[in-house]
Amino acid sequence: MNADKRVLIIIPAWNEAGSIADVIAEVRDVLPAYDILVVNDGSTDDTERVALAAGARVVSLPYNLGVGGAMRLGYRYADENDYDIAIQLDADGQHDPRYVPKLIDGLGEARLVLGARFAGEGDYQVRGPRRWAMTLLSRVLSRMAKTKLDDTTSGFRACDREIIRLFAQWYPVEYLGDTVETLVRVIRLGHPVGQVPVAMRQRTAGTPSNSPIKAAVYLGRALITLLLAINRR
Amino acid sequence: MKLAIMTGVVALLLLALIFELLRRRQLREKYAVLWLVVGLVTLPLGFIPWSLDNVSSWLGVASGASLVLFLAVVFLLIVCIHLSWEASRLEDETRSLAEEVALIRAELREVRERQGELEAGAEDARAFRAGTNGRTVGIVTQRDGKAVVGER
Repeated sequence: MNADKRVLIIIPAWNEAGSIADVIAEVRDVLPAYDILVVNDGSTDDTERVALAAGARVVSLPYNLGVGGAMRLGYRYADENDYDIAIQLDADGQHDPRYVPKLIDGLGEARLVLGARFAGEGDYQVRGPRRWAMTLLSRVLSRMAKTKLDDTTSGFRACDREIIRLFAQWYPVEYLGDTVETLVRVIRLGHPVGQVPVAMRQRTAGTPSNSPIKAAVYLGRALITLLLAINRR
Repeated sequence: MKLAIMTGVVALLLLALIFELLRRRQLREKYAVLWLVVGLVTLPLGFIPWSLDNVSSWLGVASGASLVLFLAVVFLLIVCIHLSWEASRLEDETRSLAEEVALIRAELREVRERQGELEAGAEDARAFRAGTNGRTVGIVTQRDGKAVVGER
């Protein structure tokens, strides 16, 4: 049913020259019909040139804004160019484009579909405060959305025209705002949200942060973000 | 008396600074009134520091100087909050501008590429026409904007 829809894959990238070419090549290989937009978030390396050479469309921010800033630009591009569906995918290669059709299928009953890393598929794991934060977020947000959401901080998501229009105008730049706060807003506006289990892969470049202090800070920021988001009208 | 001279001179300097900044248009008008009022209030207080003693004793504050100090701290806090609010607003505005610049640059690149293709197509056509010598050849522009050489 989604065969005739225009789909844009948005890849926010900040200094990802090492992995972006492979990611673009894989997406083009798996999903040849979809357009790819790389949002170059003020990279100081060759990201823009590499992405263009790999055959993606590129919009380049003059300075680094963070994932939220890059994503609003991506959604603005999708809105201005009349795409029906936008997919958000990370530039480090941890999201497998083979799951994109499943995400799009989920858009039948939901307006925003998350690729959930804990929902059974794959063996993605986190421990300690970071785990507590994620559990808390998913409990609160599942209750709000009245549906099970296992992975609320997932950066792998699909949304339809209505949500593209919303995100093009409003997308927080704050840390975690790009995932948690957008989710709260979408649920608050009464749009149905869904999830599809996905397997994560090892990052092809860069290392995930593992220090316990960083994890604790993450927990604190998650709590503050959640509290603020819930108390906004 | 020495105290009155010191505080009075400071108040005068302050007022002079504000006036000079306003005169050179270094301060936006919306702040101008605020700072002028601040300057004009501090001036008499500087020369007659004990003028507030009645008001302060009525409020339960021991001396006029303490009352002025307290009010100054409150005022500065409000100014700080206002400035962070202003900075957030400016960040929002520059963010929108950054997005706009990125979109315009992407569009410009696309237009340039298309123009390059068109010019290359026209060049080919000219070469082709020169070669075919007399036969009618034209440039047919397809829907996607790419120029192709075709025979009529």
